[in-house]
Amino acid sequence: MSGVELASLVEQRLRERGFEAQAVRSVVKVKATPERLRELAEEVLRMGFDHLASIEGIDWPQDGVIEVVYHAESYREDLRGVLVEIRVRAPRDTPRLPSLIDVWPNAILLERETWEMLGVVFEGNPDLRQLLLPPDWSGPPPLRKDFKVVEEGVYVDVE
Amino acid sequence: MSTLSEQGGVIYSRLIAREGDESTYELFIGPQHPASGHMRFIVRLEGDVIVSVDPDIGYVHRTMEKLAEGREVIKSIPLLERMTIIDSHNVTLGLVRAIEKLLDVEPPPRARYLRTLLSEINRIASHLYGMGIAGIMLNHSTMFMWAFGDREVWLQLAEELTGARLTHTYSIPGGVRRDLPQGFADKAEKAVRYMERRLKDYMAVFFENPQVRARYEGVGVLKKSEASRLGIVGPNLRASGIKYDARLAEDYAAYSELEFEVPTHEEGDAMARMLVRIEEIKQSMNIIRQILRKIPDGSILADKYVRLLPPPLREQVAKTGRVKFPGIFATLKLPEGDAVSRVEMGHGEIFYHVTGNGSTKPYRLRVVTPSFRNVILFRYLAPGHRFMDFPAIYGSLDYFPPEADR
Repeated sequence: MSGVELASLVEQRLRERGFEAQAVRSVVKVKATPERLRELAEEVLRMGFDHLASIEGIDWPQDGVIEVVYHAESYREDLRGVLVEIRVRAPRDTPRLPSLIDVWPNAILLERETWEMLGVVFEGNPDLRQLLLPPDWSGPPPLRKDFKVVEEGVYVDVE
Repeated sequence: MSTLSEQGGVIYSRLIAREGDESTYELFIGPQHPASGHMRFIVRLEGDVIVSVDPDIGYVHRTMEKLAEGREVIKSIPLLERMTIIDSHNVTLGLVRAIEKLLDVEPPPRARYLRTLLSEINRIASHLYGMGIAGIMLNHSTMFMWAFGDREVWLQLAEELTGARLTHTYSIPGGVRRDLPQGFADKAEKAVRYMERRLKDYMAVFFENPQVRARYEGVGVLKKSEASRLGIVGPNLRASGIKYDARLAEDYAAYSELEFEVPTHEEGDAMARMLVRIEEIKQSMNIIRQILRKIPDGSILADKYVRLLPPPLREQVAKTGRVKFPGIFATLKLPEGDAVSRVEMGHGEIFYHVTGNGSTKPYRLRVVTPSFRNVILFRYLAPGHRFMDFPAIYGSLDYFPPEADR
């Protein structure tokens, strides 16, 4: 079975459970609410997607939301061409989501990074400490759009 | 914890860093240690048995995702390849694939073969680097010097092909930057024959050395079910018996037209991880031979972009085999939407997710590198071992600090 056919099978199964799913090429895109995130994750795990390839946050300041995107992946031979993409939106001023480390254990570092870079609090993750930034970092989470990188000019100003 | 989590066989308590009481001894390794590279481990010991390892990876944080969001997308290719400078083409290939999917461009067949060729040269060089470092961590300086010396053979081949020793910036959306130089096939064949001979020496001096075997065998065992649940990638995954490779899962470059095997081992210990790398080098050399035999003729840049060149320049590009960028390359507009791509690097699978919003800069560029996904293994594998096993485990994971610390 090709990746595309398989993706549509996965899509169908998630639709039956009442999730908004759509297969684009070999990526199954699913939208979830923070309340149903856990239910969806367990369903995706049961289908065989047993670890995450990535967790990322996308900041949309104009909508006032932070979108957290999970990509679940599988090493099973029949599932290996397919990725399941889960998108959850959280309010930008108080982004809180349930932690998924007991569904996907390798979320532990990925959630920690997203917490650090976008300020999303994952409730239940015991390990939310600075990972890449220095421990005394203060200031807005750096991957939010209101954090501007200060760049040095190309030319040295001559007085 | 729910019952769901216990099915996979992952021991959760090993993943949480613990403080320990007064009987635990806290040892900081790095960030300037010759073995640790630019990272620090906080190792907690009871006697000389490791209780927990907390990898503190943020010592070269280069904010690549953020910097890439502030630049034209074409500029992120030379930026991101500095992440894993020893494997720079495989790193950027994933990014280029994601951009191509967004822009809806396909590279011509010759370009796909050339990409595969450089990827395999890079993979061999990357494995040799990893083996050399693993050697010096066991105080085996011969392995270190041999592997680093032999890596030069492959760097010279890559330089011949691309003009740069390490930062090749070879793949561009829609093709590659340079054609195959004259007489390349002979040089590559020579290099392959030399390497085949050297691999036998490596086996005799390092892998069959009773000292090395004693340090590696049965150390840091990762079970099949754990490897899958923890999302481990690359040779570390295949050494635990899972036959997964992004070259098989994702259709990119010319891999679907070439014959190769994905070597696996069942043991999952440090020795198996090293042996998988040796076998992968052999497979890579097999792929290089196939490419040089059956590389198709034709253009190296997609027609869509070649047409944008003025006719005299188009002729010059065809004649010299070197691409002069059409002006539009500086301001390629990424359409609204997103694209995902996965590519197999020497260290494992690299993941890209590029989100465009109609401007020339990517709205969000997410990259998850293989070393970042494997870093969880320090926490998971080390507890329970003696402290002397720590360098052996570290070396066998082929971990590259600047790559985890994008």
